Amino acid sequence: MAGPARTTGAAATEPADAADAVDRAWRAHWSPVLGLLIGQFGRPDLAEDALADAFVAAARRWPADGVPSSPGAWLLTAARRRVLDRLRAEAVHRRKEPLMVVDERTRALAVEATDPGAHVSDDRLRLVFACCHPALAPEARVALTLRFVAGLATAEIARLLLVQEPTMAARLTRAKKRLAASGIPFATPPPERLDERLDVVATVLYLVFTAAYHPTDEPDPLRTALGDEAIRLVRVLDGLLPGRPVVRALLALLLLQHSRRDARLDDAGALVLLPDQDRSRWHADEIAEGLAVLRSVPPGVGQAEEYRLQALVAAEHATAPTADATRWGVVADLYGRLEELTGSPVVRLARAVAVAETEGPEAGLALLDGLDAALPSHHRVPSVRAELLARAGRPAEAAASFRAALGLVHNPVERRHLEGRLAATEA
Amino acid sequence: MRFLVLLYEDERAWAALDADGRAEVFRQHDAFSAAVAAHGCTIAGGEGLASVDAATTIRRRGDDVTVTDGPFAETAEQLGGFYLVDAPDLDVVSELVRLLPEYTIEIRPTIEL
Repeated sequence: MAGPARTTGAAATEPADAADAVDRAWRAHWSPVLGLLIGQFGRPDLAEDALADAFVAAARRWPADGVPSSPGAWLLTAARRRVLDRLRAEAVHRRKEPLMVVDERTRALAVEATDPGAHVSDDRLRLVFACCHPALAPEARVALTLRFVAGLATAEIARLLLVQEPTMAARLTRAKKRLAASGIPFATPPPERLDERLDVVATVLYLVFTAAYHPTDEPDPLRTALGDEAIRLVRVLDGLLPGRPVVRALLALLLLQHSRRDARLDDAGALVLLPDQDRSRWHADEIAEGLAVLRSVPPGVGQAEEYRLQALVAAEHATAPTADATRWGVVADLYGRLEELTGSPVVRLARAVAVAETEGPEAGLALLDGLDAALPSHHRVPSVRAELLARAGRPAEAAASFRAALGLVHNPVERRHLEGRLAATEA
Repeated sequence: MRFLVLLYEDERAWAALDADGRAEVFRQHDAFSAAVAAHGCTIAGGEGLASVDAATTIRRRGDDVTVTDGPFAETAEQLGGFYLVDAPDLDVVSELVRLLPEYTIEIRPTIEL
């Protein structure tokens, strides 16, 4: 059988250009193509393997054959062919049926599988809802979405969800096996059942957004496109199920956080912390919209209230004319309410920072007690402690904490920041 | 796909039911069967089981065979019956079993060979 459609007349490409093209195709096409494949075949396990194979084929073929004019279509064709090969092999193995019968059934399956999610017009949002099936464990739903919708690698998902990589690999494998074996339909629920999955879907979209702000060394160090995409999906969700507090509060939160994106890295790609950011580079229109959306969300309960409180914190920062003018007392109080609601150690960490601003570094340090046990692989615990120790005039202890943080940090941008702080402390 | 639907119940609850209560249970099973047919699915098999007093457990470890009375596991809820249902996916089966009386229900797909 011939390979996927080639570009007519494409000349051989420089290997470096072809490798760039594969990289770009990965970022642009992984999740949309995966969504199409899963929509067509209803088999996320096969779809993912097949698409990975298609990328391997692209890395091999594009340098020799030229980069196709439509990389997405090339990848879809190549991956689709591999899914069909695998389905055929499975069916032959199981039933020893002639190939033609299998092809017919596969086509029938493909036709059946495309329609049921039509009430959700957006492909990626359909995929998010499909990943959030109640028969999957909540952490598995989140992991699957980050994998299938955001196209993140296992290591990235593990870091986002604060678990060890082997744990995450095992969790993903188990979730995919369970999807394949338990008869769980990988499909968008009917309109009247969408609300049941709303909280999980909101959680997942927030994590996709968070993933955009874990700086990497890629060409786009803050993957702002991923942040844009998360906001777009929340807007689609807000249109699909209007007036849901959890969705409105999340939209406000994301807009307020996203408005600061251009000020978060300096020209050399180094991290700029909130107090040092150039506030003129914040997007005022997005701040205004975020505040307006936030005003439309009444105080509530549960996850909607969590997002509302977080958005109120973001609003305090966004509206403070200067870093020094931040109403830290209000922020500390909001984090206090949030900690009461969630019991989350990550919230405690943020609260410690706010409390240190109003009551001094020692008060912040006291709130860090016990957090190392709760967040053993999180570099922010020792890095916040280090900052507070430095401010409390205890440089030797601060340096030791910066070293502990350096032992845990993964991404290069944050590593450089911590190295700089360590050097300054020791100077 | 074929799904085995296992129904677990507290046998004492059934024993304590009066005639009307039992008639209601049978009515719910009938409603389930009717709904399965109405959804284009089929019941490929199913039985109610005699009480665990009638159960015999046989364990084989190599050549060692022990025979004991009673069910495999001692719990408050016991396997009381089962259905084997042919249905397109888990969601369809989970919807249909809502019509059954209040059991703890385990749904397991069979392996297609």
